[in-house]
Amino acid sequence: MNIPQDLKYTKNDEWIKPDGTVGISDYAQDQLSDVVFVEFVVSEGDEVEQGDIIATVESVKAAADVYAPVSGKVVAVNEELTDKPELINEDPYGKAWLIKLEIADPAALDELMDAAAYEAYCQSRA
Amino acid sequence: MYSPLTQAQRQAMLEQIGVARIADLFQDVPEAYRYPALRLPPPMTEMEVAEELRALAEDNETVRDLVSFLGAGAYNHYVPAAVDAILSRGEFYTAYTPYQPEISQGTLQALFEYQSMVCALTGMEVANASHYDGATAVAEAAVMAYHIFRGKRPKVVLSPALHPHYRETTRTYTQGSPIVYVGDDLPPDAAPEALLDWVDDTTALVMVQYPDFFGRIYDFTALAEAVHARGALLGVAVNPLALGLLKPPGEMGADIVTGEGQPLGIPLSFGGPYLGMFATRKKYVRKMAGRLVGQTVDSRGQRAFVLTLSAREQHIRRERATSNICSNQGLMTLAATVYLSLLGQHGLRHVAELNYHKAHYAARQLAALPGYRLRFPETPFFNEFALHCPAPADEIAAHLLEHDILAGYPLGQAYGEAFRDVLLVAVTEMNTRAEIDLLVEALGEVH
Repeated sequence: MNIPQDLKYTKNDEWIKPDGTVGISDYAQDQLSDVVFVEFVVSEGDEVEQGDIIATVESVKAAADVYAPVSGKVVAVNEELTDKPELINEDPYGKAWLIKLEIADPAALDELMDAAAYEAYCQSRA
Repeated sequence: MYSPLTQAQRQAMLEQIGVARIADLFQDVPEAYRYPALRLPPPMTEMEVAEELRALAEDNETVRDLVSFLGAGAYNHYVPAAVDAILSRGEFYTAYTPYQPEISQGTLQALFEYQSMVCALTGMEVANASHYDGATAVAEAAVMAYHIFRGKRPKVVLSPALHPHYRETTRTYTQGSPIVYVGDDLPPDAAPEALLDWVDDTTALVMVQYPDFFGRIYDFTALAEAVHARGALLGVAVNPLALGLLKPPGEMGADIVTGEGQPLGIPLSFGGPYLGMFATRKKYVRKMAGRLVGQTVDSRGQRAFVLTLSAREQHIRRERATSNICSNQGLMTLAATVYLSLLGQHGLRHVAELNYHKAHYAARQLAALPGYRLRFPETPFFNEFALHCPAPADEIAAHLLEHDILAGYPLGQAYGEAFRDVLLVAVTEMNTRAEIDLLVEALGEVH
């Protein structure tokens, strides 16, 4: 399983980069299996609170909500995923970023899991 | 008599779960309510029960005993014998949508064809495997429109010419939700465009009916454009039989089309079961409630049918699903499928034309009677029209019922004093010219 070192992770399997880019983890895409649809619940310019739903990712076997890892303002939405939802399976940490946030309080990132903690968290669910 | 368990089996089960007697299982129910006296009549034999039911049923008056011009949402049409014959085959005889494609190809294919025919009739891109009836389909349209805008547009505009029961059901169905309903206190004389007064950036849906509750036909193309210009959706509740003749609402720009499928091979049957039709644009398919059957190929490359896009539904999406409804009217859906398949495009058009022409013959004769006139003489209609009478319509209807004629639906009960003297008259292919002339004669005697 791929867990990049430079990201922070949530218990709901979102990742966030210090620059505010948000996506879902390799573990999440593997659990969902083939993703067939991505629906954004937020648009550019929306203010979101930590824990707000930002998107719904639907696979052949489940539909999962994606939540904002921290509070902030949505500055970009990856509309490409609407046409190519399979990118989430192919490149969850790259092309399949979901939104970019202008993080309200960078200190909020410290509350999230680092790669080591997230790896332990994933193993605890295996 | 059927006894599911012996005393010994009961005792063994009670011992297993650790109670002494069955009554102990009901300790949580307050004692006063535990064993109320039922005051039932003494028991009867099967023969006696059958006789009692027969005697009760005889008191009913049906469209077989009466000459009927009653419509108002449920219509007396001919149901070809093949419909019941196919419906009662064991392979089809379930009210439910099957989950297992490997044992349900027949039902799934019938549903797929139903969906395809609904799309063809309505001019829409996708149709579900049905809802309970026309009223709940309208309620689902309101719920879907609300979810399409993620709750940011809580207002739904209902036309006053939308069936009063559909409006009532929709309000009941969405009790406790933030959806607010407006528009239906407008006088029914108002043109559909009058609804635009309520359409702003908090409006999700404008719901109209086609033909409307008064039988009137409007082209909603301009309304659809105006509604879309304000960012809202247009929903149209249809009589599917009329679509055999009329321009489909999809061509007018409708975003959601609902319908009462009863006219398509389903008997009146004292109000149900009926069939709720629901169709929409492909881009909204993931917000649509209900079952959806899709066509695919099996492991050997052969055409096969399966339930699809299930992640929309509440058994997967749980509380975030658009609707908690995921069952359908399987058997009634099949009835409509068989009916439409038997008639075909030309047959359906022919039945629709018969309805249209007979209703127009009746309207001409009735409007020529002294004291009678059409309530909406300028507006085209399909198989139903509002007739202004020289006396209160409910009194006239009661009088004609004494002569075994169901004259129609007195509109005052739903639309108040302004419609006290107005009777809604429906004419179908079942009404012979002699029956229409009888109605004209009977009404002519009322002054």
